[in-house]
Amino acid sequence: MSYSFRNDNRLPQGRLAVASYVIVGMIGVLLLGFWKLQVIDSDRYTSMAERNRVRSIPVIAPRGRMLDRDGRVLVDNRPSFSVLLLRDDSGLVEKYLPVISDGLGIPMDDLKDQLYNTRNLPKFQPIIIKPEASDADIAYIESHRSDIPVLEMISVSRRRYLPNGFLAHAEGYVGEVSEQQIEASNGKLRPGDFAGKFGLERQYNDLLQGTDGQRRVIVNSVGKEVDHLTTQEAIPGKQIQLTIDYDLQLVAEQSLGARPGAVVALDPRTGEVLAMASHPALDPNDFAVRISNDDWKNLNEDPQKPLLNRAIQAQLAPGSVFKIVTATAMLEDKNPPENFTTFCPGYATFYGRQFKCYIFGKGSHGLAGLHKAILESCDIFFYNVGMRLGIDRLSYYGSKLGLGHKTGIDLPSEEPGLMPSAEWAERVYHRKWYAGETISVAIGQGAVITTPLQLARMIGGIAMGGVFKQPHLLKDAPNVGEERFALSEPTVEKITDAMYGVVNEDGGTARNVRLPGIEVSGKSGTAQVIGYATREKFGKQKKFEDNAWFVGYAPKRNPEIVVAVLVQESGKHGGEAAGPVVRDVIKAYYDKKNKRTPGQLTTENTLKDSGNAAAASKVRPVRMALKPQTGVAAAPTQAGTASPDR
Amino acid sequence: MKDAPGTRDYDWWLLAILATICALGVMEIYSATQGSSLSGMYMRQVRWLVIGFVLMFVLSRLDYHLILDQAPILYLIGLAALIAVLLIGRTHFGAKRWISIPALGELVQVSELVKLIIIIVLARFFGEVRSDELDLRDLIKAGLLVGIPLVLILKQPDLGTALVLMPMLAVGAFLAGLKWQHAAVFSLAGVLLVGAVFYPPVSRRLLKPYQRERITSFLHPENDPKGSGYQLLQSQIAVGSGGFWGKGFRNGSQNQLGYIPVRYSDFIMSAWAEEQGFKGVLLALGLYMALLLRLVQNAQRAKDRAGMFLVMGVAAALGFHVLVNVAMVIGAMPVTGIPLPLMSYGGSATLFVFLAIGLVMNVRLRRFVN
Repeated sequence: MSYSFRNDNRLPQGRLAVASYVIVGMIGVLLLGFWKLQVIDSDRYTSMAERNRVRSIPVIAPRGRMLDRDGRVLVDNRPSFSVLLLRDDSGLVEKYLPVISDGLGIPMDDLKDQLYNTRNLPKFQPIIIKPEASDADIAYIESHRSDIPVLEMISVSRRRYLPNGFLAHAEGYVGEVSEQQIEASNGKLRPGDFAGKFGLERQYNDLLQGTDGQRRVIVNSVGKEVDHLTTQEAIPGKQIQLTIDYDLQLVAEQSLGARPGAVVALDPRTGEVLAMASHPALDPNDFAVRISNDDWKNLNEDPQKPLLNRAIQAQLAPGSVFKIVTATAMLEDKNPPENFTTFCPGYATFYGRQFKCYIFGKGSHGLAGLHKAILESCDIFFYNVGMRLGIDRLSYYGSKLGLGHKTGIDLPSEEPGLMPSAEWAERVYHRKWYAGETISVAIGQGAVITTPLQLARMIGGIAMGGVFKQPHLLKDAPNVGEERFALSEPTVEKITDAMYGVVNEDGGTARNVRLPGIEVSGKSGTAQVIGYATREKFGKQKKFEDNAWFVGYAPKRNPEIVVAVLVQESGKHGGEAAGPVVRDVIKAYYDKKNKRTPGQLTTENTLKDSGNAAAASKVRPVRMALKPQTGVAAAPTQAGTASPDR
Repeated sequence: MKDAPGTRDYDWWLLAILATICALGVMEIYSATQGSSLSGMYMRQVRWLVIGFVLMFVLSRLDYHLILDQAPILYLIGLAALIAVLLIGRTHFGAKRWISIPALGELVQVSELVKLIIIIVLARFFGEVRSDELDLRDLIKAGLLVGIPLVLILKQPDLGTALVLMPMLAVGAFLAGLKWQHAAVFSLAGVLLVGAVFYPPVSRRLLKPYQRERITSFLHPENDPKGSGYQLLQSQIAVGSGGFWGKGFRNGSQNQLGYIPVRYSDFIMSAWAEEQGFKGVLLALGLYMALLLRLVQNAQRAKDRAGMFLVMGVAAALGFHVLVNVAMVIGAMPVTGIPLPLMSYGGSATLFVFLAIGLVMNVRLRRFVN
């Protein structure tokens, strides 16, 4: 042997054999491990692999559009993109967070908050870090597709409303669904989905919503979509047509201007709502993406209460408009008899307390019967009538005419107002009704409160001879409710004559509402926000100014249109402040009916009358980008041809 | 005495098994990387395999006795290389394991070379033990021979390679006539060490943070859905979802969509099991078993003890690689970074296996020569 180390050839054959057995045993054990995974538990792992691989991505169903009565689009949708953050790989997310913050202009803290807030959601569920991607964001994401693997975009459909809060309160708005809505939806809604929150959006959410589809896609381990399996198309929401007339709505919005208040126009023959405005308005477009907490807080805390739909939610003393109830009760009950007269010296004393007529200090109404008392809105006359009728009869007629309960309009959160009675005082305050309260109620002050919609329905219904159609916004609504409260023909005759006189006779409180050739009728109301005594204590601050009402309609009997207008704290008499708005809307209605240019506004008059020129001039004319759906509807050019019956 | 062995003397069965396993590996590397930025990797693997085959034949021509003769020098070279790596090595994946060899133009992982050297050194050492029984003195000497490079490797840190040195020592000692009492004591020590590694207060001092993390996530994969626990889970999902028949070549979703971590390397068995199913696993593990048994057979027919130890050192290293890697793939062991010999992509690892098989061929070619 030429090697420097010792060696020999005795081999441990026994131990080598053992090594063979160990090898066979080792491979056997490994095979058993594979057998367990691949044969025994294979189904479980197959479904886990499937869950890894296949992801369902919702295809958002566009909400149905809203059209006006002529088919013009009031609410539709616009396409948009949301930026998603894929959170499968927390390491990658951590790594790219500063880059994303920089590239999309989202503050780092904001991103971290969002991640923290969603930490309990499943990891495979991406989160929306920017609901509304700008063009720059889209470009950024597209150009960084390969180097930022955790960003993704989905196309979404956003609600688009007309600008400047046009019809905002009736339309309502959408928002991310609440926990309760998710629970009530039987799995149809998921967190982050949008649903109607207010107004028609909420009322007809089930129609408008549609059903989301889903795309089943194959994603790789970093969540990137690599292939696409099946698509279940979204079923778009149904389009709804409203009773709203765009032209009338436009006039209503403009004529009310910047003053807080409301306008409701109804067709009393059908109950169709032709226009509904409430100011100050909100912009529902702000809600279409995701309203910021600050904006929401500001809206909620705004003393002007822009979230309130005053047309159905403002519950205020109706003032002299209520005198129509008192007058109806008097004529129907014949108590006092119809030829009853009072002398108005400007005040009167009942139950030891002095009640003033609004004319107190400015003159006297002199001797007045029912017709003159309505025309000139003499309080003294109605104090006396109220005293003779008593609260039970007033309350009976008020309720029958629709006060104190909801009209049943197809909008959520309508308020019922209040028609007080002795029973009410007992039930709510556990006290007796004071006879003195009846005196106030008889002229629409005291505990009685109503919404503009209730007054429109009531006045329209009386002029219809006691037929009250359920107000509604959905055109072709099935089962429109109807209440009948048979009023005798002489009663209707006398009251409608008087309301015609309010506008058209000398001495009427709303002569400025007159329109040539049209039987405009109505009743004004000037309601105290607080009692006169309190006001004197605080001085004449704007806060305590009177609310102005005017409820007008045309023609005198069986009207086609009734318009209730509330101008809050205007400091003006109802006929002065609210009357011109009624006149503008009724004029627009007839102009359109007679194929004249819609909306030939008497703007100068409106501004002069309302004495609110400064505020009103700030309101830009509402210019809408509306696509006429039918040829007839817009017809803006047939100007100037007066109809022959004028 | 030194007449050149003929081609008939090569172990053609062994080569056939080897080639088949390599083919499976190349196929799966192709499947796992096609269409990705890594496509073409399978061709690089083929290149490594070709280099490996050539080196294997070259090494088999050189009489292993000559190699064993140089064992002490090789050992010193190995230690020097390990120290050099610690001082000047390039840092890859958080560990210094690589050293650049200008001639090859590629990075070579020094610890792979050291594995080979330790096999040679142990064969030389155990071959010189004359008695049938291994006494404590020799056992401790052998332990020190392995212990010094082991500590250096742990310093890199490379737990996987360090672990591979242990079965080489164990198998060598066993065949050298390890007494049952010593075996019992060392088994106990081994159990205690493993226990210590899994016992946090101790492991905190012994292991690097990433190593501890691997162990805790192996024990509690649910706490670590994205770390190595996630890797093990995804590997199990891949294997399990493959079922008996497999999803088909290039059809495994776990593999193709990248859910399996390093699917072309350490977890290649996972990708293979997903696409080829249990039947494919049976084939692959059957081939590995045949390979290992063939090595043992060659050891049994070796001309002398030194040759036997050389072959069994190779068998111990390869067997351990297969065991630890495959057990990891099915989630039965933590992630250690030990590749599957011949199938996993990798230059140094592939060259190591071929050089090791070259030693085995060397022993076989000289079994009748004396």
